[in-house]
Amino acid sequence: MKDFEFHRPASIKHAVALVAGTAGAKYLAGGQSLLPVMKLDLAEPTALVSLARLPGLADIRVDGGTVAIGALCTHDQVARSADVAKAIPALAELASHIGDAQVRNRGTLGGSVAHADPAADYPAAVLGLGATIVTDRGRHPADTYFKGLFETSLADGELVTAVHFPVPKRAAYAKFAHRASKYAVVGVFVAETAAGVRVAITGAGATVFRSAAMEAALTTSMTPGALDGITVPTDDLNADAEASAEYRAHLCVVMAKRAVAALR
Amino acid sequence: MGNAQGIGAAVKRKEDRRFLVGRGQYTDDVTLPNQSYAVFVRSPYGHAKVNGVEAKAALAAPGVLAVLTGADVAADGLGGIPCGWLVKSKDGSPMVEPPHPALAQGKVRHVGDPVAMVIASTKAAAKAAAALVEVDYEPLPAVGLLANAIAPGAPQVWDEAPGNVCFDWHIGDPATTDAAFAKAAHVVELDLVNNRVAPNPMEPRAANGNFDGANDQYTLYTTSQNPHLTRLLLAAFTLKVPEHKLRVIAPDVGGGFGSKIFHYAEELLVLWASRRVGRPVKWTSDRMEAFLTDAHGRDHISNAKLALDANGKFLGLRVHTYAAMGAYLSTFAPAVPTYLYATLLSGPYDFPAIYAEVKAIFTNTVAVDAYRGAGRPEATYLLERLVEKAARQLGMDRVELRRKNLIRADQFPYQTQVALQYDIGDYQATLDLALEQADYAGYAARAAASKAKGKLRGFGMSTYIEACGIAPSALVGALGARAGLYEAANVRIHPTGSVTVFTGTHSHGQGHETTFAQLIADRLGVSTDQVEVVHGDTDRIPFGMGTYGSRSASVGGSAIVKALDKIVDKGKKIAAHLLEASVADIEFKDGQYRVVGTDRVKAFGEVAFAAYVPHNYPIETVEPGLEESAFYDPKNFTFPGGTHLVEVEIDPDTGVVEVASVTIADDVGVIINPMIVDGQAHGGLAQGIGQALLEEAVYDAEGQLTNGTYMGYCMPRAADLPNFKVGNHVTACTHNPLGIKGVGEVGAIGVPPAVINAVLDALAPLGVTDISMPATPEKVWRAIQAARAGKGA
Amino acid sequence: MPKLTLSVNGQPRTIDCANATLLVEAIREHLGLTGTHVGCDSSQCGACTVHVDGRSVKSCTMLAVEAEGAAITTIEGLATGNDLHPMQAAFKEHHGLQCGFCTPGMVMSACDLAARNPAPSEGEVRHWLEGNLCRCTGYHNIVKAVRAGAGDMNGGK
Ligand SMILES: Cc1cc2nc3c(=O)[nH]c(=O)nc-3n(C[C@H](O)[C@H](O)[C@H](O)COP(=O)(O)OP(=O)(O)OC[C@H]3O[C@@H](n4cnc5c(N)ncnc54)[C@H](O)[C@@H]3O)c2cc1C
Ligand code: FES
Ligand code: FES
Repeated sequence: MKDFEFHRPASIKHAVALVAGTAGAKYLAGGQSLLPVMKLDLAEPTALVSLARLPGLADIRVDGGTVAIGALCTHDQVARSADVAKAIPALAELASHIGDAQVRNRGTLGGSVAHADPAADYPAAVLGLGATIVTDRGRHPADTYFKGLFETSLADGELVTAVHFPVPKRAAYAKFAHRASKYAVVGVFVAETAAGVRVAITGAGATVFRSAAMEAALTTSMTPGALDGITVPTDDLNADAEASAEYRAHLCVVMAKRAVAALR
Repeated sequence: MGNAQGIGAAVKRKEDRRFLVGRGQYTDDVTLPNQSYAVFVRSPYGHAKVNGVEAKAALAAPGVLAVLTGADVAADGLGGIPCGWLVKSKDGSPMVEPPHPALAQGKVRHVGDPVAMVIASTKAAAKAAAALVEVDYEPLPAVGLLANAIAPGAPQVWDEAPGNVCFDWHIGDPATTDAAFAKAAHVVELDLVNNRVAPNPMEPRAANGNFDGANDQYTLYTTSQNPHLTRLLLAAFTLKVPEHKLRVIAPDVGGGFGSKIFHYAEELLVLWASRRVGRPVKWTSDRMEAFLTDAHGRDHISNAKLALDANGKFLGLRVHTYAAMGAYLSTFAPAVPTYLYATLLSGPYDFPAIYAEVKAIFTNTVAVDAYRGAGRPEATYLLERLVEKAARQLGMDRVELRRKNLIRADQFPYQTQVALQYDIGDYQATLDLALEQADYAGYAARAAASKAKGKLRGFGMSTYIEACGIAPSALVGALGARAGLYEAANVRIHPTGSVTVFTGTHSHGQGHETTFAQLIADRLGVSTDQVEVVHGDTDRIPFGMGTYGSRSASVGGSAIVKALDKIVDKGKKIAAHLLEASVADIEFKDGQYRVVGTDRVKAFGEVAFAAYVPHNYPIETVEPGLEESAFYDPKNFTFPGGTHLVEVEIDPDTGVVEVASVTIADDVGVIINPMIVDGQAHGGLAQGIGQALLEEAVYDAEGQLTNGTYMGYCMPRAADLPNFKVGNHVTACTHNPLGIKGVGEVGAIGVPPAVINAVLDALAPLGVTDISMPATPEKVWRAIQAARAGKGA
Repeated sequence: MPKLTLSVNGQPRTIDCANATLLVEAIREHLGLTGTHVGCDSSQCGACTVHVDGRSVKSCTMLAVEAEGAAITTIEGLATGNDLHPMQAAFKEHHGLQCGFCTPGMVMSACDLAARNPAPSEGEVRHWLEGNLCRCTGYHNIVKAVRAGAGDMNGGK
């Protein structure tokens, strides 16, 4: 790992200014995505701006119809939050199956959402619930946030401060984990929301996406059987040693059915 | 009395404390004064010419002490890494034994082949400088896959090995086997692949070399299962420094599973480099490097045919196997697919005729050598898949077909058609025990319950045999081994009666510090706390061949027993003197010398004290002191065996195979410590299940390892495995003093075919008849899809 | 080089290290506590697990500078004098270790579980240990040890 400058600002403003003012600088949250790639010299930031001391970013607030989770909340914190479990049990459940215990103790919601790994779990919930990504300078609706492989609508240096998840009527997440890495080969988040049925699929493509066909079928009938006969086109799906595009397409439907069966 | 801690007692391990408090000392934990660090520049190509190595920039980088290349290795006359076993082809010609320079000279032949060694005062500096070494590679056609290497016109790994053939060997009698097939009522045929796996001990390899110029003395700390063997190869072949100037220490070693038997180039290079830079030089493998440079296991392609009579009695077996060697011959590589594989093809069965041909093939990959089980898992997998297929093809019950063909208890000693003579066993007994413990009778109900959940349940079994404690030296010598396979021990009784045992075996998880202490406790009636077991240091231990092939207890333990016998005998003479009786009247029991039939006794401790303070002593006939050495050369292999039963549950929608239960019944001979024996079985089972369902080291055609990290190579985790039911039925080995057979490898040998047989059993109703290891979810799903499509069509 | 102050096994420690130093490097190389191991380079094996402010983390996937001011517990800090910590004792009692290389990480990870869940089921233990690889034991005895150790830590002893 190449050496770098290290900053630990105490305010959001200072953090944003540091990243804006230093070419090649990056935020460091839990480090569970950034450090593994830095260790392999696949990322070589000139400076790291630690978010650890920023105040107010590690709170979970349930407010009427919204669960607002601070960017620095760890996966473990979300998994164990009684408030989250009560409002959106699917979200707590999802967080409890990210990586492993040690990763959940460090990794953060903001880091996951900013990193936008195609095999990450949170993006499925963010898109599946139609959440809002709140930053130092604005708000990004989920539907236009995930742009592509590791690509989001965040501007350079924009800092995620929280994610606001609308509380759905019912929701569930079903994950088919990569046997070695534990990331999602396919993860399907199904939600019955005020705005209708939403189905978001992670792991299968370059970034998380919604399935209009599944949403339509489930709008007609919220049953696993409603998804019979739906096929997911393989054209844009990932293919690797763990799963071909064809197998992933198949898993999308299987996991969607399992999520529907588990809705609560 | 010793018995509470003696043979058969589940004594808690003496070594645990240091590991549990973080005071184990592994090779990388050793940092010497003035330590420097080495990092290797390794080939990114499967096969390439090396036209030049430019080290100027690296040499100029901060902290760099030296950059060494193949040219330096050649100039200093270092020997190539030798192969320890010569196998001859059918026609009597020796195997092709290509050179293996420690650093590449002119060509690289696999990804990871070392080209240059950068030494710097810190690891970070060495790593940074290594990135500055420029190597001018000219890529050559490469062959990464065994299947491609045997095809006509395949790229050549070595010019001197046409068709990439290292040797073309056979065993058994082709004529009687032909005759058996000619009269067969049924012939069952199977093509199969034994997947390549990476051993992955959790501790990566490391080596720390130190040359002490003042005394002209070399010391090597290394992650080795057999420090004496490493010293022997360094002394005789590679470093070429006499043994008394060379000390090899294998401190705590974090698992080996075979991969730390072999003499690796890095061990030689850190010693040599230390002499050149005048500082100790440490190298520690990272995990990616380990995937690319630790010898792998398995990698066979086979065709097998089984001949049966109308009643299902086995008449003959014919096997043809291609076995990958990798690019260079690792220390024991040629022995694995020959004397450790084909000689086991009779399994636990009574076979009138067997013929096997094995072609060893070079590929542009890291070497393949012994990995837990070494050859015996490959033999068992082939045989048990074949027997299962026979049961299906003939419409016979899988248990009954095996029962009919198992060697009966009254047939021992049993001479196989492939050179081995099994001394003893009771295969029916382990079969019965396993079936009972697995509640085989209740299987149908469990299958129905799975079905009700929408899952497919399958039952799979394997009855297997293995050969351990490989020996005798004269036999293995005749078979091509370039080393002996005896073991050495030294037992030192201290004046107050405490004991230090020096053993040539090496514990890297097996718990020798406890089991060998139990042996002493059992024989001498001392407590295990009074015993210290020392291993892993060539300066402290007389000699040794190390730990592999489940040999430590049966061969190493026997050497200790021999030394103990000498101690006890000498003690008798001393006791006779002290008790004023004749030696013939002295017996030794429960830690006491007694004049037979009297209450006149001397405790062992008193005798030991007398030996060191010989005031009242038979000094004319008996030397003072109480310390004895022994070398034990086994008379035969030992033959553990047993039955492994597996139930799986398959999710037909995803293809995910869940191991629902594993029940095994083994006969590993006499058991010193049942807790440790069970633990060894558990570990082997995890590796066997890993091979069957999760693990495969995947090279592509060009020789790139495509999944050489834990993000891609799937190691078994806790959630992938069930609890294991382990049972034992003991028949004592007839030819060693302890009756021990060995347990280190049984799990890895017996269980893979049981898993796959269970998977195929679950899928049989759908029409699936074959699947290869590892049975990954997608593979299983595809098999289901293909079978359904086939049925529909 | 930046100076870094932290508490290690209850002792205040100061180290000089580059920003790019991983916590595991600080622990092994700067502090000489070699009980914490490195078994991989992809943050998967858990051999490097330590506690940072009471939580198990992979010390290979955390910068040393991020531990500024934190309380670090390594495997060396668990036992009290000659007395093994209950989790350590349970690993010994149930033969939860063989070569010992994964053991420090396993024990540290298990202690974190036990602090949250005094009576974990077999399934909960197996799920919790997702981030800890062992090549020797097949996990059977580790699972037994963790369950027993959790009980002992929570008043069983
Ligand atoms: C072994 C292992 C297994 C894993 N398995 C899974 C899994 O199964 N599912 C899964 O979803 N993830 C998995 N992860 C990833 C993990 O969830 C990460 O924690 C997460 O993806 C990133 O969060 P972080 O806080 O660690 O971010 P960091 O690694 O600190 O940062 C990631 C990126 O986001 C940027 N960033 C961080 N915070 C912010 C912010 N607030 N605003 C703007 N940019 C920011 C950083 O600059 C960096 O580019 C795994 C990781 C490991 C090591
Ligand atoms: S060293 Fe493997 S996870 Fe940290
Ligand atoms: S005890 Fe050896 S890796 Fe776990």
